Amino acid sequence: MTATGSNVPMTTRSMRDALNLALDEALAADPSVFLIGEDLADPAGGISQVTKGLSTTHGTDRVRDTPISEAAIVGAAVGAAAAGLRPVAEVMIMDFISIALDQLVNHAAKARYMSGGRLRIPLTMRTAVFGGIGSGATHSQTLEAWLAHIPGLKVVVPSTPADAKGLLTSCIFDDDPCVFVENVRLYGTTGPVPDGEFRTPLGVADLKRHGGDVTIVTYGRTVPDALAAAEELSGEGIEVEVVDLRSLVPLDTDSVLASVARTRRVVVAHHATRFAGFGAEVAGLINEELFGELEAPVGRIGALFAPIGSAASLEAAVMPSAATIAEAVRTVMT
Amino acid sequence: MSDHGQGRPPDEVRRRMYELMSLILACDERIRRGLSGGEFACTYWPATGQEAIAAALGTVLRTDDQLVTTYRGLHDQVAKGVPIGPLVAEILTRRSGVNAGKGGAMHISYPPAGLVLSTGIVGSGIPIAVGVGLAIQMRGGDQVAVASFGDGATGTGSFHEAVNLAALWRIPIVFLCQNNGYAEMTPTAEAQPVADVADRASAYGIPGVRVDGNDPDVVHASLADAVGRARSGSGPTLLECTTFRLWGHYFGDPMRYIPGSELDEARQAEPVARYRARLLDDGVLDEQSALDLDERARQEVESAFVAALAEEPPGAADAFVDVYGGSEGSA
Repeated sequence: MTATGSNVPMTTRSMRDALNLALDEALAADPSVFLIGEDLADPAGGISQVTKGLSTTHGTDRVRDTPISEAAIVGAAVGAAAAGLRPVAEVMIMDFISIALDQLVNHAAKARYMSGGRLRIPLTMRTAVFGGIGSGATHSQTLEAWLAHIPGLKVVVPSTPADAKGLLTSCIFDDDPCVFVENVRLYGTTGPVPDGEFRTPLGVADLKRHGGDVTIVTYGRTVPDALAAAEELSGEGIEVEVVDLRSLVPLDTDSVLASVARTRRVVVAHHATRFAGFGAEVAGLINEELFGELEAPVGRIGALFAPIGSAASLEAAVMPSAATIAEAVRTVMT
Repeated sequence: MSDHGQGRPPDEVRRRMYELMSLILACDERIRRGLSGGEFACTYWPATGQEAIAAALGTVLRTDDQLVTTYRGLHDQVAKGVPIGPLVAEILTRRSGVNAGKGGAMHISYPPAGLVLSTGIVGSGIPIAVGVGLAIQMRGGDQVAVASFGDGATGTGSFHEAVNLAALWRIPIVFLCQNNGYAEMTPTAEAQPVADVADRASAYGIPGVRVDGNDPDVVHASLADAVGRARSGSGPTLLECTTFRLWGHYFGDPMRYIPGSELDEARQAEPVARYRARLLDDGVLDEQSALDLDERARQEVESAFVAALAEEPPGAADAFVDVYGGSEGSA
């Protein structure tokens, strides 16, 4: 289903265009799909132009601009989903989910459960991490661990254009509330995307690089950094396997454990704050299941425990990079 | 007992409203009796005193109109048509409850009767109701959404964001504020800089109407107007119904923050006995038919409790059912 086979016709696209195409196809395929959020409609077409052209094609009724009202955007999406539509709500920058958390955490996540299965909330909330472009501490956070902690939500974080398209389509047509975390630093990255509609199943990790010496478990924006680190380490004779989780909930524990069982050395890396970050959960899982087989303690890379300052020097001081990931790999190799 | 002559609903509607009020009161009293006597334990937020508003809801709305209410929701739920047996079982957190014992009194949901859900976070149901109304509008349906909430909710950002959005989009919705005088333990007047909740409507360019929420005939007429506006595409109304919460915020609330004289006055204005007397006065009910009706309500409630108390709570394995829809769900 991930359509990485060589026979599938491919087109090189940016992640921005791949996301746009996924939304366009979903809107065309199903009249119950609609988009709701700030500045989505043309001429703005979204702050990062992910929704560019969609209101012109599908109308402003279905690509619906709102006031700056994150609680009402997500709340209205919860209500519309409960009523049987498939809303795709956008919260422009991930830090802003703090305004909408009640709706996500107390209502979207729990409505199916608390109603004894009478309700379903087929809601997708798209949001984007803006860290790494000097936006400062309230516009740079990577907060997926907040959401992975809540039973009832699914949490999906793509790293490539193809995954972005296939995973977003799966989220939109999933019957549970899905949080889809994009990254401003990835919108312009390009890659082959299979032509036509396809869905990438949630809960299936992807091996982005094969290697027998050590595993890096990662996701989202950190995947390209992990791949760059792997390339550098290959020159030093260390062959790295890169496991891209793609969805944190559901979590593909089998793929993680299978890779680490082979390599017996692992670094878990993400741009979110390391302390109490999702990597702690992955490290805990590996420790529980493979303790006796590890050649070294699980390495962990994440942002250091400080807000993300506006100055590029402060961002660099706190956020991980290919260099810090490579260094962590060298540590677990010794 | 003033005579409301003009605009009074037809006799059969008034009888039905009293019937609903009697049933709601019997149910609320039965829950409080069981809790006081130690017969069972559950969390509960009494609705006694607010029956008139529910009676209007139950007679103005169609089954396919969509209601979002709150944790103080028994009256609204009964009026909207949630069946008493499974409703009581849910309040007592039995597996046979309307939500399998997972919702409890605070989180009742029964879509077949148009009771979308009941929210336990003050103010949060209002944007959800706007979304329900948006879905109606986008499908071109002629149903109406109603967000029912207390005065306390009008202090939340959720209320203001939601009313703004609904007004902007002319969503087919009624914002029904049951102003019961207190937001938890704080008097309404201490929590708002305007005289009335209805005054808030002017900021959003929609009608704001304040009525005696203890008078079912009056609430019926004003709710029918607001629902009619919504159904005809004229957009939302903020309807404030003044009432009183006679048993406090939660069951067992000692209500130290309510002056005794205010409570005495509120008991005098209690809507069920008042409406019963009016219907007797007006010849809509006679004493015997009123007694019969009250007795039927008590019996229906008692049978629901006998049945629910014999039911089992959910099992431990039920804790993991309906966390997600499909099989791929667990973390």
